[in-house]
Amino acid sequence: MSFDFTRLGVGRIAFAIALTATAAFHILTPAFAHGVKVGDLSIQHPWTRATPEGAKVAGGFLVIKNAGTTADRLIGATADFAGKVEIHEMTMDGDVMKMRPVEGGIEIPPGGEVTLKPGSFHIMFMGLKHGLKQGDEEKGTLVFEKAGSVEVEWAVDAMGAKEPGHGDHTP
Amino acid sequence: MRAPRLSFAGVALVLTLLVIAATALVVVRAIDDRREAAADAARIGGPFALTAAGGRQVTDRDLRGRPFAIFFGYTRCPDVCPTTLAEIDAARDEIGPSSDGLQVVFVSVDPGRDSPESLQDFVGSFRHPVLGLTGTPEQVAAITAAYRVFYEKAPGADGDYLINHTAAVYLMDGEGRFTGTISYQEDHAVVVAKLRRLITEGGAIGGQI
Repeated sequence: MSFDFTRLGVGRIAFAIALTATAAFHILTPAFAHGVKVGDLSIQHPWTRATPEGAKVAGGFLVIKNAGTTADRLIGATADFAGKVEIHEMTMDGDVMKMRPVEGGIEIPPGGEVTLKPGSFHIMFMGLKHGLKQGDEEKGTLVFEKAGSVEVEWAVDAMGAKEPGHGDHTP
Repeated sequence: MRAPRLSFAGVALVLTLLVIAATALVVVRAIDDRREAAADAARIGGPFALTAAGGRQVTDRDLRGRPFAIFFGYTRCPDVCPTTLAEIDAARDEIGPSSDGLQVVFVSVDPGRDSPESLQDFVGSFRHPVLGLTGTPEQVAAITAAYRVFYEKAPGADGDYLINHTAAVYLMDGEGRFTGTISYQEDHAVVVAKLRRLITEGGAIGGQI
């Protein structure tokens, strides 16, 4: 009997711990989420990748949501660590990778979102002033047609990261 | 009553012949396709001469005896090139010590901006050894023609240029024969399986030189 009671107790404790952990995770997640707001736009998790030795370029990725009722455009960017920053699009044509600067920026539709990610649209940092190291944060600015400029911190993920890391850094 | 029966037999015969003809056609096509694929494979790869860091000349003969994975890019490539190198690196970690039997070669198709030294620094950032090679524009044109690799300069802003290029990794056996490719964003498990097979089956088939 006492054995059964103990087991029940252990189960309850485990359940309580799990519940607490889940609740804590949900409460803490917004605190760890890494992003900024400017006007109706929210910029979520700007990230880039650690660069190989001597690399002169890096790609920047993020999600931009537009809660407003009119479209806005991402028209430019600057970064302390890069000589030049452009908005590029990568496409695959069969096995051939193609890159091109995006003319006129990227539209963020009202009530919609745009994701800049590997293999697609990205911020192209050129003329890097120093290599990017995993775990670092690098300062930069995004420029929108209507919302104006906003400062962002680019989280540097692993060299070959295909998607951003999760919750491993504070804003 | 005889005439309809005859014509029925006739129709049946014609239909049977048609089915046989169609089957034969499909079989012949399949054989042709296979022959063509084999011929394509035979056409990928071949002799080359390029330069490694320190001015060392490297030719296709230097790679003989061990299978190799070769791909083409440039160091100002923000996505595909480092990602592919990192992916192969991770696959080699997973394969373990036997991955030492594999050579990985990264050829720069941007000899105007990538020197053998800067290229080797770039590939040296990964955990496993990678051989960085480039050459004169003529040498680069020769190896890309041999491997059926496409590359072209594309205009960037401010007179700068980008390079569009084939992103596939070519898997070659120890005799320099084409065995397959790894395509961009191929599933990690598939990359591991392909490299593992190349290492175990692609060694010095028929003996080393």
